[in-house]
Amino acid sequence: MEPVLSVRGLRTHFVTPERTVSAVDGLTYDLHPGKTLAVVGESGSGKSVHALSILRLLPEPPAKVVAGEILFRGRDLLRMSPEEIRSIRGDRIAMIFQEPMTSLNPVLRIGEQIAEAVILHQKSSKEKAWAKAADLLGKVGIPHPEERVHDFPHQFSGGMRQRAMIAIALSCEPDVLIADEPTTALDVTIQAQILELMKDLQREYHMAIILITHNIGVVAEMADDVAVMYAGRPVENAAVADLFKDPRHPYTKGLLASVPSIYCRKDRLAAIPGQPPDLGDGFTGCPFAPRCPAVMERCRTQDPPQFHLEGGRMANCWNVEDESKGRWHRFETSRGGA
Amino acid sequence: MSGRPILEVRDLRKHFLVSKGLFGAKTAVKAVDGVSFTVMPRESFAVVGESGCGKTTLGKLVLALEKPTSGQVLFEGSDMSALTGRELRKLRRRIQVIFQDPYSSLNPRMTVSDIVTEPWIIHDMHMDPKTRAKKLAKLLDDCGIAKTFLTRHPHEFSGGQRQRVGIARALALDPELVVADEPVSALDVSIQAQILNLLKDLQQERKLAYLFISHDFSVVRHLCTRIAVMYLGRVVETADSETLFNDPQHPYTEALLSAVPVPDPSIEKRRKRIILTGDVPSPLKPPSGCHFHPRCRYLKDACRVQDPALAEARPGHLAACPILPFKDRRSDAALIAL
Repeated sequence: MEPVLSVRGLRTHFVTPERTVSAVDGLTYDLHPGKTLAVVGESGSGKSVHALSILRLLPEPPAKVVAGEILFRGRDLLRMSPEEIRSIRGDRIAMIFQEPMTSLNPVLRIGEQIAEAVILHQKSSKEKAWAKAADLLGKVGIPHPEERVHDFPHQFSGGMRQRAMIAIALSCEPDVLIADEPTTALDVTIQAQILELMKDLQREYHMAIILITHNIGVVAEMADDVAVMYAGRPVENAAVADLFKDPRHPYTKGLLASVPSIYCRKDRLAAIPGQPPDLGDGFTGCPFAPRCPAVMERCRTQDPPQFHLEGGRMANCWNVEDESKGRWHRFETSRGGA
Repeated sequence: MSGRPILEVRDLRKHFLVSKGLFGAKTAVKAVDGVSFTVMPRESFAVVGESGCGKTTLGKLVLALEKPTSGQVLFEGSDMSALTGRELRKLRRRIQVIFQDPYSSLNPRMTVSDIVTEPWIIHDMHMDPKTRAKKLAKLLDDCGIAKTFLTRHPHEFSGGQRQRVGIARALALDPELVVADEPVSALDVSIQAQILNLLKDLQQERKLAYLFISHDFSVVRHLCTRIAVMYLGRVVETADSETLFNDPQHPYTEALLSAVPVPDPSIEKRRKRIILTGDVPSPLKPPSGCHFHPRCRYLKDACRVQDPALAEARPGHLAACPILPFKDRRSDAALIAL
């Protein structure tokens, strides 16, 4: 199956006079139609910056995509003109954010905010767009949508606001939905509702979802494939079952072991010692080396490439070098000609 | 556990008066509405609930930072609201608090050394410099803070390190009871695991009792031995941790446990989830009868009018649901005992 979105060696830097921070460093993955890819990582791992890079929403400067390509149906989003990317943003690729309160406009009625995208991308009349807005609100599970469409965001609860955000994102039936920590601000019972809704809508619209999250439980529930990020790097890509059963990168192993579960009481959690590096400092070798339990001498000096393993997996670690049987790739550090 | 409880909360109520509009009638928000429980010395007792259930207000009442509307908080048998200012201050030495947000709970203009030793100044604990230095060194060592941090300011640290400073400050006075209000929810998982292990170690070393306030069942399961579940100002169920997780007796607890995503895709695929409909009702206008009835899947007519009291399901296990026992309905419930 052809991937709907293909990220190849994405490298996003933030450049200030004092220093350059490499926020995303060689991210690579394929997103398939109708599937969910979870991008997992802790704060500062670059997962949100990568999403904003896809939609070209980062302010330039200080941000700059210095290398890589993002192929949407075979065309590189990074090489599109501003007009072209505008016609895709919100139409073919939509996004929902973590904070449903701050991402809705407080002085506009909910209906107006949904209708806006419909009018812009589908050139429909105002009346038709409002009718569609009410229809969408119903679809995302808001009771009495014909009345609630006239409400303002403050009249909605947190869960309802996130439903409204999803309605906006769905208004043009996108091929790809990017959900950046969509349930992090919500209570667990509301989180369960929203995740269920996203799964239902994904089936109905046959939409691919990029789910950005730090919650390992949400990954286990939602994802088909997973890309794990650490310090801007893609450290491991795998199908969700493979990743949980047999994590190959020491960071993934540590991350999975450090999560408390309601199903088993562990006496001690296996915490990863230390903390993530400062991305502005620049490091030689593998960024995880200072915290890694399987560290080797070369890890401190030599940067591991992306090793390809059985089952379409990838791990960015010297420890899997032999297993990769020489199949590895190192992405360019700058964009040729761009 | 036998002996005298360190903390006893008896029918505690805190009502806040809010007016609707400028001249509107005043309504009472029953943030805490008749809560009773006991915490034994060296025990870790958790209060779990979603936002707005009153768990933080409960913590403030226990710390005597809020005055109860009615009811009592007894610390080692003495009623805290009956104490004079001086007596209360003396008592405060023995009850300390760890806050959720390590960013806003540390004074940015103080050094780590000032922050950690301030409690000694406040409580007039004069020590000769040698004892003081020794005590400080031990405290920092216990909390995993490097000595080089002492002269630095909070902004130089990551969230996990700040939380360690917050913990050291709380422990400076060698308290017997520590109220921890969501101490790890602002932290990344790998750091969260470090802090949870630290809290566990400190409890054993320093013989602490914890009143642990959280919304996260996985964290609570790891750390706490007894749990109270709150909904709209009331405790709906309380039991020891293992019993609560394996055999919840209140429909709300059951749904809440089922809503927690499990970090294991093979369990996620198998389990059947209970999705609660709707939001938590406004505490301004709680539903009649059982507060949970509009979202309950076992709803009977009586639930709309009858306000259930906590009743014993088995020794030490209380639940406020009149359609007890549920034992046989667990076949399709979300929990898979592993």
